[in-house]
Amino acid sequence: MLHTVAVLVENNPGVLARVAGLFSRRGFNIDSLAVGRTDDPAISRMTIVVEGDHRTLEQVTKQLHKLVDVIKINDITEEAHVERELVMIKVIADRTTKLEIMQIADVFRAKIVDFGPKTLTLEATGTEDKVNALEEALRPYSIKELMRTGKIAMLRGAKYTSLK
Amino acid sequence: MEITVAEALVRCLEMEDVDLVFGYPGGSILPVYDALYNSENIKHILTRHEQGAAHAASGYSRATGKVAVCMSTSGPGATNLVTGIANAYMDSIPMVCITGQVSTLQVGTDAFQEVDITGITMPIVKHSYLLKDPKQLPSVIKKAFHIASTGRPGPVVIDLPRDVQDVKINFEYPKQTELSGYNPTYKGHPSQVAKAAKLIKNSKRPVIYAGGGVINSGASETLLQLAETISAPVVNTLMGLGTIPGDHPLSLGMLGLHGARYANLAVTNCDLLIAVGARFDDRVTGKIAAFAPDAEVIHIDIDPAEIGKNVISHLPIVGDTKTVLQALLKKIEPQENKGWFEQVQNWKKEHPITYSRRTENLKPQRVVERVYQYTNGQSVVATDVGQHQMWAVQYYKFNRPRGLVTSGGLGCMGFGLPGAIGAQIGRPNESVVLISGDGSFQMSMNELATAAEQNLPLKIFILNNHRLGMVRQLQEFYCDKRYMAVDFQFNLDFAALAELYGMRGYKVTSEDELEEVLPKVFDQPGAVIVNCLIDEQENVMPMVRAGKGIGE
Repeated sequence: MLHTVAVLVENNPGVLARVAGLFSRRGFNIDSLAVGRTDDPAISRMTIVVEGDHRTLEQVTKQLHKLVDVIKINDITEEAHVERELVMIKVIADRTTKLEIMQIADVFRAKIVDFGPKTLTLEATGTEDKVNALEEALRPYSIKELMRTGKIAMLRGAKYTSLK
Repeated sequence: MEITVAEALVRCLEMEDVDLVFGYPGGSILPVYDALYNSENIKHILTRHEQGAAHAASGYSRATGKVAVCMSTSGPGATNLVTGIANAYMDSIPMVCITGQVSTLQVGTDAFQEVDITGITMPIVKHSYLLKDPKQLPSVIKKAFHIASTGRPGPVVIDLPRDVQDVKINFEYPKQTELSGYNPTYKGHPSQVAKAAKLIKNSKRPVIYAGGGVINSGASETLLQLAETISAPVVNTLMGLGTIPGDHPLSLGMLGLHGARYANLAVTNCDLLIAVGARFDDRVTGKIAAFAPDAEVIHIDIDPAEIGKNVISHLPIVGDTKTVLQALLKKIEPQENKGWFEQVQNWKKEHPITYSRRTENLKPQRVVERVYQYTNGQSVVATDVGQHQMWAVQYYKFNRPRGLVTSGGLGCMGFGLPGAIGAQIGRPNESVVLISGDGSFQMSMNELATAAEQNLPLKIFILNNHRLGMVRQLQEFYCDKRYMAVDFQFNLDFAALAELYGMRGYKVTSEDELEEVLPKVFDQPGAVIVNCLIDEQENVMPMVRAGKGIGE
């Protein structure tokens, strides 16, 4: 099962290496990892999607806690939360396919962010499912390049995982 | 007043009550050594290899409980520390390791003697710092000592670029540390403690399984109180030996792979296993499914990550072992468990740890047994790793904590001599015995020069079987006696070697010779090496076969 874990860390050099190294040497599988600073520049937030059963997750959490730079860990999988991923896709588009692709973009509320003579570049945000579906829809048109940021997630309502 | 970072480092060490540094100098740490030149409070022990410095620091800490400091230059100096750091990490030993680094502008350019030591050591340190901002030095040192010595102890690496060491800063040592992500739990949760008391009350066949965490937290007396109150026999991990006096009726010695049969039987048949500061290592558990199969498990440990890692515990208590045991003692009442106590004593009689003295050859077990008797069990015993290590812990009964200085988790050959050096420096007025093997000893015997230079009266017994005995034993059992790369074709005269270093050296080939030599060894003030030519085919017994349960 995939778990979404929100991790607050000190924004120190090497903190990403410490976290990533921990996952590899303990044999935990990272599905995606997104990291950036929070409103407090001294603190970064990682959203880690990790595969494993309940026991694995318990170990992931405990081992992460042992890192001195890790401040707080929340497994938010079971809680109501909003999750988003950003994807950019460059797809081959000639005169006959351009319109079709733009229609697909419309359905997925993706934006066309670059309009080249032979390509279109789309940008979309959404859940992992939606991004997957968009990718599948565009696959027949020959995708030249695709990248995803990995998931970021935030609890709904008054709940929060920050330090405030 | 402004002083250089190097001078500030020395001042910080003094503030942390460090009076001893084990190290080896070099180009990238010149300013620090220059600052040490002026220090009246810090003595520097020059080893003959950086690994010796790390092991000696670790031995010092194991014998004294203090945070030990080792230092080296960049590049090869730093990589030579790595095995010693890993050894300290695996056994939760508090150490601060300071390495020189190339100048900040050169970092990342593959400069001369540059390695990324914080990167290399990342999986084997509790924490590490690469100091780029000179102003941060005092707070980094403060944090390093705090992290190394609190919670579950461990090594911390501080990498100091050459140019940073020369920068002048306004020195002020912080009184406190601010680490928002680091806050170890000391007090056990009261309701968990209450539940533990209830489990203990309901148990008829309790066993206490005590590890190095008990020694780290200074909980040995409290543990003994618990054992006596509920009449529970105590089994020890290798790191936990000495938590209960080895000759106490409730002590069953070491459990696991080479543990006593009676210790393993007690664990296999108990209905309650109280694990204290131990981590259910594979050398202890054997086949996990057959480990304490009928027992409820109470697991007391300061590191929450150890709970449930290898064995599912029915009742975890996260906290400092001493604090938790003290709380627990208030909640329990005396228990006799008479039938269980008798059963365990019967197993002790039926399956003693023993060896055959019938052959002509000198038995290694005999050597250890006699050293134990001769020293009244009062020596600090350091060991290397291999057969001799197991014989040492099977036949020397450790009657107090920090009496054994050995490499447990990493199983690191070559630790013995520098470990003994550190232990003897830390406890100058006590007898320190090193029990080593001819394989392990040759990995670090360059440190004899350090021992000689420091005038350390080490009593060194080399259980010499002219081979790598433990590997030979494994090949006998698991490789059809196809002995590969375990026999030494060249064997040196360790007694003659001793003389070269200004020590006394003896060769012993029989029990009679052993008896003759023992008084000479212990009645003289200086260092001695005894080259004990032992039965070359002797195996460490008992031995739980690979993949089997410890009770089988």
